Amino acid sequence: MIHPIPPGTRDILPDEMRELRALQATLVDLFEGYGYGQVATPTLEYDEVLQRGEGRSGVGAYRFFDERGELLALRSDMTIPIARLVATRFGDADPPHRFSYIGNAYRVVRPQRAQVRQFLHAGIELLGSPAPEGTAEILEILSVSLDAVGLNRAVLGLGDADLYRQLLTELGVEGEHRGRILDRLAEHNLVGLEMAVDEVEGLDAHGRETLLRLPGLRGGAEILEQARDLGGVAVERATQRLQQTYDQLVERGVAERVQLDLSLLRDLGYYTGAIVEVYDPALGHILGGGGRYDDLVGRFGRPMPAAGFGLYLERVHLAQMEEERLAREADG
Amino acid sequence: MTPTVSAPRTRSGGALKLAIPRGALWDETLDALDRIGLDTAEMRGDSRSLIFNLDGVTLVTMRPSDVPTYVESGAADLGITGKDVLLEQRGDHIVYEILDLAYGACRMVLAGRKGDESMGESERRVGGMRIATKYPHIAERYFEETGRQAEVIEVKGSVELAPLAGLADGIVDLVATGRTLEENGLEIREEIAGSTARLVANRISHKLRAAEVDDLVERLRPEKP
Repeated sequence: MIHPIPPGTRDILPDEMRELRALQATLVDLFEGYGYGQVATPTLEYDEVLQRGEGRSGVGAYRFFDERGELLALRSDMTIPIARLVATRFGDADPPHRFSYIGNAYRVVRPQRAQVRQFLHAGIELLGSPAPEGTAEILEILSVSLDAVGLNRAVLGLGDADLYRQLLTELGVEGEHRGRILDRLAEHNLVGLEMAVDEVEGLDAHGRETLLRLPGLRGGAEILEQARDLGGVAVERATQRLQQTYDQLVERGVAERVQLDLSLLRDLGYYTGAIVEVYDPALGHILGGGGRYDDLVGRFGRPMPAAGFGLYLERVHLAQMEEERLAREADG
Repeated sequence: MTPTVSAPRTRSGGALKLAIPRGALWDETLDALDRIGLDTAEMRGDSRSLIFNLDGVTLVTMRPSDVPTYVESGAADLGITGKDVLLEQRGDHIVYEILDLAYGACRMVLAGRKGDESMGESERRVGGMRIATKYPHIAERYFEETGRQAEVIEVKGSVELAPLAGLADGIVDLVATGRTLEENGLEIREEIAGSTARLVANRISHKLRAAEVDDLVERLRPEKP
């Protein structure tokens, strides 16, 4: 008899489970070694809690009513529940707080696509430590984690979540045009971006060039110089923030695997300042990401700067397999 | 294979892989590759090969509608396909649209039989028109955005047949010269969108092979008219 399971979910059998368990153990031990104690939060939260954390967001959670008529949601990431936990349970304790987690999160999928509804997420949150030190600390741990799981070729893309919001304000682009430009940037549709920028009345040639050239800048520290040449307060501030973080990463010896990337925008609504994505040359998809969310804990009544990252463990596992296969092929 | 995780493709470094559309964009795509110094003579013959290695670039050839699938997964670093394909598959595949190649110009239009009022009559009397198309997503989105109701009927073959045989009141289709419409007694009623060939990129390749990708983009960039 075949009894189906919902699309976007799957069973895990012993061989894969053994490898995933080893991967989890490596990461938990490493996080603990850096002082990030593991916490667990409920899979179910009140929908109001997730909404409060997300602000504006395109990421959908599964929602339903419980037997008392309360609106509940399956957690769609681990960061918001941890922000709630810190504000609620550590109200009197002095920051910084360091926590790690491993758990499943759930997101609604579009039908007919090979998207997953349930994914295993592992990461850390550093709450109460500002930029650039806090950012550099989590990026160093992210880098060490990737080495620890054998992904020595993995790259960290580092960008700034506030750059375009502040730039558009500086250029006086508001309303419909602003939304359209941010959407095109998020999709990385450069053809559509040029059209959206050309629709803005009263934008001078210099503003136009800045908006069109910034998303193409990605590489080493030299791109900060190239961005600064475009001028403007928003660009100056963002490049300064990135430079400070980058300098710290140089000191910590992890700058080599960092690619500065001014095209980066993440899809979650709570990011401020530095944002990061993880790539491995063996895989066509991102392995994880994170960044600063300096306003998020404040939405739960306990303002403090914070940053974190999460890795999609199933994709990390796939990347391990691909890297091992490449290494075998290279050995002949 | 699980149906739940997009199949990853091993990306070994080496030559950039470019997905090339067979069909209507084929000749102009090969012309564009010739202009940047790749010799496509081998591809223009009657070779049945699907993969060609030219001067440091690997070309993989496929239907235009498969290009976003290969590029999203990383099986190809870059690809060329029509904007019509990207519009129809919008949201289905995450690829970066990085350059308008300007050739392959055509228009997505709403067309009906010459002098025929059945679209208007269906709207008035039964609340919506019946529209046949090979582009159901574009058609549905267009009617939604213009605040009209329509029953969109997907067909796979010659869409011009549908209004002639009485399957639909009109069609949404891609038009280059308009000759096929003309020959079947159809006329354009509304223009929905323009389309040209676009260069798309895998999001990881666009970052990890930035210099090579940018170099290719600059070489392929059409001169401004």
